[in-house]
Amino acid sequence: MTAALNIAGDATPLPLVPPQLVTTQPLLRMEGIRRRFGEVEALGGVDAAVYPGEVLGIVGESGSGKSSLLRMMNLEDTPDAGSYHLAIPDHAGRNLFDLDRYQRRMLCARRIGIVYQNPHLGLLMGNSSSGNVAERLLIAGERSFATLRDKARAALDASEFPLPRMDAPPAQLSGGMQQRVQLAKAIALEPTLLLLDEPTTGLDVSVQALVLDTLKRLQQERRITMVLVSHDLGVIRTMADRVMVMRRGLVVEQGLVDQVFQDPQHPYTQQLVHAKL
Amino acid sequence: MSLASLTRPWAAMSYGFLDASARREIRRKLIKAVAVPGCQMPYASREVPMARGWGTGGLQATLTLVTPESVVKVIDQGADDSVNAASIRKFVTRVSGCAATWDTAAATLIQSRHRIPEERLRADQVLILQVPDPEPLRRVEPNISAARQMHADADYGRLWLTLYEQIVRKGRIMQGASYPSLVNGRHVITPSPIPRWDVPKLNMARHLTILSAGREKRIYAVPPHTRVEPLVFSDRPYQVEAHRGLTCARSGLGGFFMNEIPQADGGRIHEVSDSNLGIKAIRIAEGEDETIAETWYRNGEMQP
Amino acid sequence: MTEPILSVRGLTKRFRMHQIDTVLPTFDGISLDLAPGEFLLLKGRNGAGKSTLLRTLWRSYRPVAGQILYRARAGIIDLATAADIDVAHLRRTEIGFVTQFLTARPRVPAQDIVAEPLRLAGESAADARRAARHWLNEFGVREALWGAFPSTFSGGEQQKVNLARALIMPQRLLLLDEPTASLDAGARAALIRRLAELKAQGVAMIGVFHHPQDVEALIDREIDLTPDSPDTKAPDTKAPDTKERADVAL
Repeated sequence: MTAALNIAGDATPLPLVPPQLVTTQPLLRMEGIRRRFGEVEALGGVDAAVYPGEVLGIVGESGSGKSSLLRMMNLEDTPDAGSYHLAIPDHAGRNLFDLDRYQRRMLCARRIGIVYQNPHLGLLMGNSSSGNVAERLLIAGERSFATLRDKARAALDASEFPLPRMDAPPAQLSGGMQQRVQLAKAIALEPTLLLLDEPTTGLDVSVQALVLDTLKRLQQERRITMVLVSHDLGVIRTMADRVMVMRRGLVVEQGLVDQVFQDPQHPYTQQLVHAKL
Repeated sequence: MSLASLTRPWAAMSYGFLDASARREIRRKLIKAVAVPGCQMPYASREVPMARGWGTGGLQATLTLVTPESVVKVIDQGADDSVNAASIRKFVTRVSGCAATWDTAAATLIQSRHRIPEERLRADQVLILQVPDPEPLRRVEPNISAARQMHADADYGRLWLTLYEQIVRKGRIMQGASYPSLVNGRHVITPSPIPRWDVPKLNMARHLTILSAGREKRIYAVPPHTRVEPLVFSDRPYQVEAHRGLTCARSGLGGFFMNEIPQADGGRIHEVSDSNLGIKAIRIAEGEDETIAETWYRNGEMQP
Repeated sequence: MTEPILSVRGLTKRFRMHQIDTVLPTFDGISLDLAPGEFLLLKGRNGAGKSTLLRTLWRSYRPVAGQILYRARAGIIDLATAADIDVAHLRRTEIGFVTQFLTARPRVPAQDIVAEPLRLAGESAADARRAARHWLNEFGVREALWGAFPSTFSGGEQQKVNLARALIMPQRLLLLDEPTASLDAGARAALIRRLAELKAQGVAMIGVFHHPQDVEALIDREIDLTPDSPDTKAPDTKAPDTKERADVAL
């Protein structure tokens, strides 16, 4: 029976061609990213492109290299090989991995926002929530207390953080609120690129949904380019325009989010999608 | 040829107590510190006959710079006659043969704990401040390697953040002594625990200031005519202590930094913190031949 | 005759299911043309691949052979091989897909869900919302529900919201996957009015309808996707059947 169906022929989809209609250059372009940690090849030659205003989802199991790739995008780590370009003023055509530590820090502070799964990585737990947001602005050189205050308040408000608690330390807040503080900090300077590393993992389902709502609303209102890493297909499906499926340091499949979920090609993606559905 | 002919004659101790190699090292680190204003230079803080934390850093800088022609003044919180100041002054004169004075204007070398004298220092004078904790980033970054990287990157956002937090929580900046200040637009220093009153005296000063921490083994400097700017928000101006309207109960001086002295009846009186300034004022009032040099503050206002 | 907006040539879709090591055929070697303003009805028994064809044109499914030549404003592009970013661009600006299922996010008011395509196209929030209210009203959604979350609506009301959203932006090509299912008579009439209006503006449409009589007045042509015989459908992979089918108009 199976054999009978099996003769139906090749099911390899037609290969895609480079963009023809969209002439905008990708905002983010990574090529040939390789990274080895001892014996383990965390990234085995990864290419990625993200267009302005787009949300790229990256899915994969633990150890697939998705978080390593995101850390590279945030210039926290340098690969053994590969290049990274952002189409932003002053840095066009420049491999960002060649920047020195100071340049990286300034670039990250001004251009890249990040929300970590673990708020301890992104927040100073003892400082006030508004102060955590203000720090970003201080690094960028803002020296007016009133402006700091206003901008921190605006960013927290945009993240739907309850303003009466804006001066409470994150240590006293719930997980969902901590993620909102991280988000406010990330968007305070209107970043070119927003990186999200499992931003809702570990939150209650209802809280997770609310945080995703906020992210989605911000994305639509401000057309922020985002890269979202998650092992949760539901999160990716809600948020992403395109998705990249990673396994063992390689991209095994990428495509429009509905296509990857409805017509997955790679055995691993099929397994992933069917396990979830 | 004997071995003795190759060595120097034995002496009970080197001039100025420190041995030649220690003085040479500190001299070199001082030159570096002057060359990169505000940058902390590590040095091999030597043993001196005094406990760490009692001014050993300042003492080593003084012992390195002292010559038989030097005139040394040592103050502790503005006073020349405190036990610690007197002991250090006595030690320095004994090991170097230099002269000692209480008069700021007469001194060439001033070692101080927590104050800068009120009389304006000249280009031929050197101020040495004792520093307990030289690292302004200590409270925001306990890891010293990370803190050094932050200095290298001029990454002072977290320091500004502490000031932000103080205003948010208390309505004003609570930092009293050791007010973090940006030197030459590049390195943030802690100006040792001098009061806010004294920080403007470092800005574009005529004299050289050396800050030395013996226990922490760091030397840094504010060379003459160098900008020293306290970290402040553009809409929250820097404020010195509100001592402008206080009057010294003993000398009658006003408009200088005061010590508060609680009274048995629950009240309080004030006494000028720069004790030699007070003494001069009393002597002038008693008709003695004494002059007070130009002061940084006049009527409680910092003079340009 | 005007140039076709869509020319499908030899389009073939099969699904490979790795876990059971099987390839499932759906349709093979389909060719068709569609002119602007034309309404094409897809017919065929269940499983003939009607919805699969629509989703392949929409690129939710990736075809294994053939061409989907779409005449975009900027030129002709083969949707079978177009870059993802191009397909996403066309979905935002030129091609619409109307399904019977509402896929809107929870906790977003109905009027914002409807307004979203206009917002993404760059219209102001006020204008988009005004248009959204107009279309909600057209499809018979009570005003009291405009600010409510559609996830709490009945199936019929959800479907109306969905239609208003899908049809608010004038597209150049519409793919209709049983949009009339579960609609009440009033909404169905509104839908047909809207489709007729769009058709008159030159919007090309391909649709699957349970009850084709609903849209009878709009239909220009019909195509039956039912294979002549399932047994003869097993194709020779080396030489795919390129013979044009009798029921496919060219």
